[in-house]
Amino acid sequence: MALLEVNNLTTRFYTRDGVITAVDDVSFSVDRGEILGIVGESGSGKSVCCYSLLGLVPQPPGKIECGSAMFEGNDLLACGELALRDIRGDDIAMIFQDPMTSLNPFLTVGEQLIEPLIYHRQYSRSEARTRVKELLDEVGIRKAADRFDSYPHEFSGGMRQRVMIAMALINEPKLLIADEPTTALDVTIQAQILGLIAELQKKRDIGVIFISHDLGVVASIADRVLVMKEGQVVETGTTERLFTTPKEEYTRRLIDSIPSGSKPNIMIQTEGSHSSEIIKVHDLHTWFKDRNSVEGEYVKAVNGVSFDIQHGEILGLVGESGSGKSTIGRSLLKLVPVTSGEVIYQGQNLVELLRVQMKPLRRHLQMIFQDPYASLNPRMTVYDALAEPMLYHEVANRKDIGLKVLQLMDDVGLARRYIRKYPHEFSGGQRQRIAIGRSIACKPEFIVADEPVSALDVTIQSQILDLLIELVKDRNLTMLFISHDLSVVRYLCDRTLVMQLGELVEEGDTETIFTSAQMPYTRDLLGAIPQIPGRV
Amino acid sequence: MWRFIWIRLLQAIPVIFVVITATFFLIRKAPGGPFDAEKPVIPSVKRALEAKYNLDQSMWEQYVSYIAGLFRGDMGPSFKYPGWQVEDLIASGLPITAELGFYALLVALAVGVIAGVIAALKPNTAQDYIPMSLAMIGICMPTFMLGPLLVLLFGIHLEWLPISGWGDLPGDKILPSITLGAAYAAYVARLSRGGMLEIMSQDYIRTARAKGLPERVVVIKHAMRGGLIPVVTFLGPAFAGLLAGSFVVETIFQIPGLGRFYVQAAFNRDYTMILGTTIFLSVLIVMFNLLSDMLAMWMNPRLRQQVSGKR
Repeated sequence: MALLEVNNLTTRFYTRDGVITAVDDVSFSVDRGEILGIVGESGSGKSVCCYSLLGLVPQPPGKIECGSAMFEGNDLLACGELALRDIRGDDIAMIFQDPMTSLNPFLTVGEQLIEPLIYHRQYSRSEARTRVKELLDEVGIRKAADRFDSYPHEFSGGMRQRVMIAMALINEPKLLIADEPTTALDVTIQAQILGLIAELQKKRDIGVIFISHDLGVVASIADRVLVMKEGQVVETGTTERLFTTPKEEYTRRLIDSIPSGSKPNIMIQTEGSHSSEIIKVHDLHTWFKDRNSVEGEYVKAVNGVSFDIQHGEILGLVGESGSGKSTIGRSLLKLVPVTSGEVIYQGQNLVELLRVQMKPLRRHLQMIFQDPYASLNPRMTVYDALAEPMLYHEVANRKDIGLKVLQLMDDVGLARRYIRKYPHEFSGGQRQRIAIGRSIACKPEFIVADEPVSALDVTIQSQILDLLIELVKDRNLTMLFISHDLSVVRYLCDRTLVMQLGELVEEGDTETIFTSAQMPYTRDLLGAIPQIPGRV
Repeated sequence: MWRFIWIRLLQAIPVIFVVITATFFLIRKAPGGPFDAEKPVIPSVKRALEAKYNLDQSMWEQYVSYIAGLFRGDMGPSFKYPGWQVEDLIASGLPITAELGFYALLVALAVGVIAGVIAALKPNTAQDYIPMSLAMIGICMPTFMLGPLLVLLFGIHLEWLPISGWGDLPGDKILPSITLGAAYAAYVARLSRGGMLEIMSQDYIRTARAKGLPERVVVIKHAMRGGLIPVVTFLGPAFAGLLAGSFVVETIFQIPGLGRFYVQAAFNRDYTMILGTTIFLSVLIVMFNLLSDMLAMWMNPRLRQQVSGKR
């Protein structure tokens, strides 16, 4: 008999804007000793599905309409809140996506860890303390005894996720539900956490439900995979089978959307401008005052970096979070104060230019930001957002601005009828199209794209990447493409820079770096990418 | 931490200095004087009085000698209470007003926090609307109306509680404390509701529930610590406001506190008394703001770390 057997689960949300069926007649089962992966794009109902099982869906507005979930002879959906509370955190435990927000910042880590022991197992505080320290040791937190009284903010992201895992495993649950446990983590940390989950699962022989939007991650850890779309199960099967011979069209599309292999046509060099630098960066330093330090020490976000950007290329910049890659992008455009160094563009050192001297150059140097939700002004329509830079830089006048905006919308693939709509009326991908339109509105020469696809679902991501490639080619653009996602960089970039702790550690043709990286740090980064079966 | 306290205290000095200076010149420029009465005083007597209180000197001379006096802890003689020093009068009224303010604050906290938390647990239901509507009434209803109403109901109609005095009869402190605290209870209720609503939607509350903790533990241990920080930061200004606002309650209930000095001094142009009470209150406001900020900081480990500067 399966450990957990879910049948015909349907969950709806009754909101002011109507009824939303988040989970629609979903059935699946998990066995002891098995890792079931649930994949789907955002809004596919994969998280709500698991929250419904444990009574963690806020009701109202949520309502579990029908279905059953048999777990050890009990129906989780029918047993009531009190019985469910005894099961939560004891027989079934959960790990959540963002370890930064999932731990209580007001309580010490130790205090939060002992709670399941005290409330489910009636341990005394000192017994619980001993048990917690053993487990912290097991999940790889060194000097566990010293860390017991630390607060969550004193841990790094990866360490916090280890704490979350320890907290979930403390009562030796039979089923672990992991909701996007590595999405907020760097690729190397992600690999460590995935390894840890797999190891602990094997050792304890428990069932795991692993929810993720990232097919690579699911492929690398799950035994069986369930694909969800719009609340419904699209396809289910063993990982091997599903990734090599997907039955459903949607599954195939998901898999095909994962960027893989090298750039379709390497070096789209334009005639004439062959291998001339558009921007030369020399010995760039960007330091910030350390707000946590009394002695006024500096955070050396960018510390002595030199490189050139060639005309017409897409230059990739990769590194873990905190390596200073975003700061480089912002420093090039003088969006942060640069400490020292040179950024030579059109024969001028941008670092030394005054604000007024920068203004005529700004239209040639543009930026696309990561989060299209946060970087568009919610009170400006598409028209406002696209017209503003063109009017400001006088590339269009009041008379022909309307037409120019429409042409721009065509170029970035936005339907013309959306011109009067506000950002919140668009999906993530469409918003990023608006942001891209804004950045190319003034026909710039150089664009810094800072993680432009990280916030997007995989199918949307591949569309946006293709749009970027097309725009770079058609408009003779040069782009610095910043990303933590190495497969995206491999797909898009001609050359790649690798950053670690504010310094460049490796530089070269993208393919050369991916096939024969010289530095151990680069090899670690590459080795951490989750692999999909049937792909090289 | 000490560094933070020192900086805040140093910042307070110019603030208080500006308050003193502005009050000093404003009150002197206001029409009328301490010895103007309906029946004019004989000019020679008035001149003698003015000479006694240095009012015949130039404004600047008076200002300089007043500031010099402050440094010696001398707030000058009261004009309306002959023979009394202002600092002695404040010291005599303060204990009563402070006690009243303290009880009122307790009322405000007990009623406000409970009502706010209860409302936040079931937002947009009757459990939310009823306490919050009462809070709205509490904010709107002026003290000078609530006081007499309570007196009518509990003092005269039901005859449960005494209607005036302070510490003379058992239970005579209850009505003034409730009257003074009511408006602040309403503010506290709204602040705690807002704070709790925000915290209850945080990811770590979901984590706490996923651990299978009883709802009581989720609310009290996991949510209230963060959810009540807005209330704590409000405590400082609230207590200072209670002291300053106590004069209406003191008048209604015949309480010999600080408030009546403040009001009477303004009517009587009792220059030194007005200055003395204003300085006293502004110092209190600064101190209590600092205290509540320190308390809020102590409750939030992240802020605590930033201020103490340890990595």
